[in-house]
Amino acid sequence: MSNLAAAPAPAPVSRASAFREFWFYFSQNTGAVIGLVVFILLVAIALLAPWIAPHDPARIYNGSFLIPPVWQEGGDPRFIFGTDAIGRDILSRLMHGARYSLLIGAVVVAISLTGGIILGLLAGYFRGWVDAVIMRVMDIILAFPSLLLALVLVTVLGPGLFNAMLAIALVLQPHFARLTRAAVIAEKNREYVISAKVVGAGHLRQMFVTILPNCVAPLIVQATLSFSGAILDAAALGFLGLGAQPPTPEWGTMLADAREFILRAWWVITLPGLAILVTVLAINLVGDGLRDALDPKLKRS
Amino acid sequence: MLRFILYRLALIIPTFIGVTLVAFLFIRILPGDPVQVLAGERGVSPERHAEVLARLGFDKPLYEQYFTYLGNVLRGDFGVSFASKRPVAQEFFSRFPATVELSLCAIILATVLGIPAGIFAAIKRGSWFDQVTMGTALVGYSMPIFWWGMLLIILFSGMLHWTPVSGRIALSYFFQPVTGFMLIDSLLSGQKGAFLSALHYLILPTIVLATIPLAVIARQTRSAMLEVLGEDYVRTARAKGLKPGRVVGVHALRNALIPVVTTIGLQVGLLMAGAILTESIFSWPGIGKWMIEAVNKRDYFVVQSGLLLIALIIMAVNLIVDVLYAVINPRIRHN
Repeated sequence: MSNLAAAPAPAPVSRASAFREFWFYFSQNTGAVIGLVVFILLVAIALLAPWIAPHDPARIYNGSFLIPPVWQEGGDPRFIFGTDAIGRDILSRLMHGARYSLLIGAVVVAISLTGGIILGLLAGYFRGWVDAVIMRVMDIILAFPSLLLALVLVTVLGPGLFNAMLAIALVLQPHFARLTRAAVIAEKNREYVISAKVVGAGHLRQMFVTILPNCVAPLIVQATLSFSGAILDAAALGFLGLGAQPPTPEWGTMLADAREFILRAWWVITLPGLAILVTVLAINLVGDGLRDALDPKLKRS
Repeated sequence: MLRFILYRLALIIPTFIGVTLVAFLFIRILPGDPVQVLAGERGVSPERHAEVLARLGFDKPLYEQYFTYLGNVLRGDFGVSFASKRPVAQEFFSRFPATVELSLCAIILATVLGIPAGIFAAIKRGSWFDQVTMGTALVGYSMPIFWWGMLLIILFSGMLHWTPVSGRIALSYFFQPVTGFMLIDSLLSGQKGAFLSALHYLILPTIVLATIPLAVIARQTRSAMLEVLGEDYVRTARAKGLKPGRVVGVHALRNALIPVVTTIGLQVGLLMAGAILTESIFSWPGIGKWMIEAVNKRDYFVVQSGLLLIALIIMAVNLIVDVLYAVINPRIRHN
């Protein structure tokens, strides 16, 4: 009980001013701002892909196999980034691929965040055997390398984009559960939670309304990292032939298709990978910026 | 110290049971009839079906099946590969040295480059060196390594012809494996040029596998170093007039390295995941490539046992790291 006085509840701050403070610290970080701009651009490309892509991503142009990008000898002005082995426009496929990668990131984070928050809240709030069981299960999931476990899960569920997302969500979810649990344990005995309990808040209200909003900062950072991790893992599964299946223009799957042309047509390899790298890098830059802006320890007053 | 080790061992038991349970359930939750699934497209006659079911023990209650499985695992019996008809454990351990060799080289490269890079970035905080190093580290951390490997092949094998595309050693060299480590075996064979050839084949896979651990280690070293450099005792050491090199190299570095050592230990899981992709790009004959082939061939006993063995090895390495950590850092073992 003695720590109650030492750790008073945070002073009420209005949402707008909290955001302004956050933005102040976030915008100090040039890399994070660049990452955010690139990310917004990618989202725009993904949303607008059907309208801005010069060609249908699945359309096969007979006789236009492995045409190099425009700026190289033999390029065709119709195909800015060239064509792949069966004559499809690479730029259009890359634009449509952005839809898949961002969707994968969003769905995986939504599933693993929801699952992780619920499990972490239950474990941290009730402790005892509930905590023990949940956390042991999380330990077991974490005992496997994530890509390997996702691979095996896809073997069970069958290859495909949706199954790959489910598998990746499952292996990323323990991180959220652990973070939530740790934050809940830290908050649970603070004064404001006890006050809520005294005035008669039920378990659900205490968990979701009182405690959860105060555990959000680490979860946001983890969600960003998981977003990029999910994109990487899904691309890796696609590359291994277990994620999205051809002819889906998913970037990892495109790389798998292009493997045999590695020494003949550099563009079919280089461009999809570059798209993955730029996307993941942009999100990680934002993640670093968020971590620094949300971590009170690093703020210099 | 002994008490600490025993305590850590006791903590591992539930995870061990859980991991074996996951591996056990893997075969049971495959969709469809287990015998049909394992037999593949050839199919089986009804009599043979019942016989196989009984031989695999699938006709017994689930909990009994699990205890049989656990018993087999503890005796080192991991079943037989459907593709090669050889014991899975034998297949695993014949390929394991190739993966260990590659992983060790990768983690050594990552440590040797990552720690100094992190230290200098921390000392020269905000300088161009710091910014370039940390920018590069973030790119490395974001790298789809299967693509990175292919880029390196295009550049170094395709355009410059410096390195081979795949395999472990040139086909012109042949000798019996002694240790399973190509670098050592090639030296032992006494054949001229064999060691250099093995080294040639190792370079690109090592760079690819080292990329992400290198980025993680450099970032972690920098932040650990920055934290320590802000401590009072470092300021005291400076105030005493010690040379900057001594303050950083002796006083700060020792404490900064503690979290870094843990990070290096935790890379084992990452290395195993990375090995799956790296080995598949470079046709490196290790367990990563073996697992992918097993998944593609639906060789379920190999997938099951590969998963279990890799998890057990990671658990063992993590245990060793924890104990080593307690040896370096007395605060842990007295807690």
